[in-house]
Amino acid sequence: MQGTLSVSIWRGGEAGSFQPYEVPRRDNQTVLDVVTYVQRKLDGSLSYRFACRVGMCGSCAMMVNGRPRWTCRTRVSRVASSGKLTIAPLRNLPVIKDLTVDMTDFFDKWAKAGGVFKPTATRAEDFAAIRPTDSKRRHADAGIECIGCGICYAACDVVAWKPGYLGPAALNRAWTLVNDARDGNGAARLRAVAGDDGCLACHSQQGCQEHCPKHLNPTAAIAGLKRAVAVAALKGRL
Amino acid sequence: MRRDHPTWWAFAVHRLSGVGLALFLPVHFYVLALAIEGEARLESFLVWSSQPWVKVAEAGLIFLLAAHLTGGVRLLALEFLPWRDWQKTLVAVSGGLSFGAGLLFLVNAY
Amino acid sequence: MSAEKLQTCLWLVQRISASVLAVAVAVHLITIIAAVQGGLTAAEIIARVGGNGAWAAFYGVFVAAAAVHAPIGVRTVLQEMTPLPNFSVNALSALFGIGLLIMGLDAVSILYRLGGG
Repeated sequence: MQGTLSVSIWRGGEAGSFQPYEVPRRDNQTVLDVVTYVQRKLDGSLSYRFACRVGMCGSCAMMVNGRPRWTCRTRVSRVASSGKLTIAPLRNLPVIKDLTVDMTDFFDKWAKAGGVFKPTATRAEDFAAIRPTDSKRRHADAGIECIGCGICYAACDVVAWKPGYLGPAALNRAWTLVNDARDGNGAARLRAVAGDDGCLACHSQQGCQEHCPKHLNPTAAIAGLKRAVAVAALKGRL
Repeated sequence: MRRDHPTWWAFAVHRLSGVGLALFLPVHFYVLALAIEGEARLESFLVWSSQPWVKVAEAGLIFLLAAHLTGGVRLLALEFLPWRDWQKTLVAVSGGLSFGAGLLFLVNAY
Repeated sequence: MSAEKLQTCLWLVQRISASVLAVAVAVHLITIIAAVQGGLTAAEIIARVGGNGAWAAFYGVFVAAAAVHAPIGVRTVLQEMTPLPNFSVNALSALFGIGLLIMGLDAVSILYRLGGG
């Protein structure tokens, strides 16, 4: 494949600007390849994150032409048909430098939403016998593949409009635990996800589901949480 | 941000129609209360409102109301019934029904 | 009441009033579309609601549900799309609801009494 790509990359912190770079096109090039080329050949001061580069870890998530994506799994041919590419740091998170963001809020909200498993059994007891076909287990299984990449968080407009909103990933995690029969933190978790910053703030825009590279559905999880919270409130257990 | 998926538009229509209706309601109540000055006062307003542009505006309001209703019923289903992927199609259905209601009004207003 | 309980209550009330409104609005839409055939007159409106306890009660419930539903919705829009602090948002929404309730019930009672109710 011949020709060059016109790439615009965010440089700076919260304040900064897009800088232009010309990158040679290659067959089967990914956006991560492009960023790597810029850092190695054009400007060694460019900061960015990656790890596995094969679509397993989620570290390379960035905004590509306005959409949050895993750059290692985004083919340039798919997103830059007009020869132009704009790469920016993930939305809704503070920018540290260039393409790296501070994920602290993202994971703090994970904990705030009760996304921590609280065991009820000890080593001395036999392990819990839960059928994989059990309906609650199926709900949990639908959400446990989340690797915390932050793409859904970046895609969510409610996160952008309500800085305190726990967000799709944290709430999805909470839902998997609500459905985990072995967990003992049910009541506190429902209280944690109720309220204006919790599941009730979701407007079912489904931006999270649209962009999740693992095809998870946080909107469905959040709908489940809404039901659970409403039932708890009606039963006076909130 | 990619916002061209149907469920985002469903949200946008729902929010815009809600705000529009919220602004319209006090006006609506005010007009109806004009009747306190006698049937003739309300009647003269209704005569004014029989102008074509008013009828088109009213059809627009009917569309907003129907859109907010159908979008809202879709949300109630999404939140209270077990999740089904075809709920996305309900967006299209809601849109169609709302448009139909508006059209029906316009047709009947003549 | 804790913040979570209050906000969950508001959310529930919003959904319940939505269900009431779903029925009321459907009836209202059908009524409007039927009534507007051949032109709408004040006499027609007054004839329907005036002196008619059932219609007055219907519209009374309709107004109450709307006066609850609209402010809760407006509250969310204000929270998300304006820089107003929470206190102002809640106060404005509450005032809006009270205003709607008064204006709406006023309109219903006027029309009811005009028809000899």
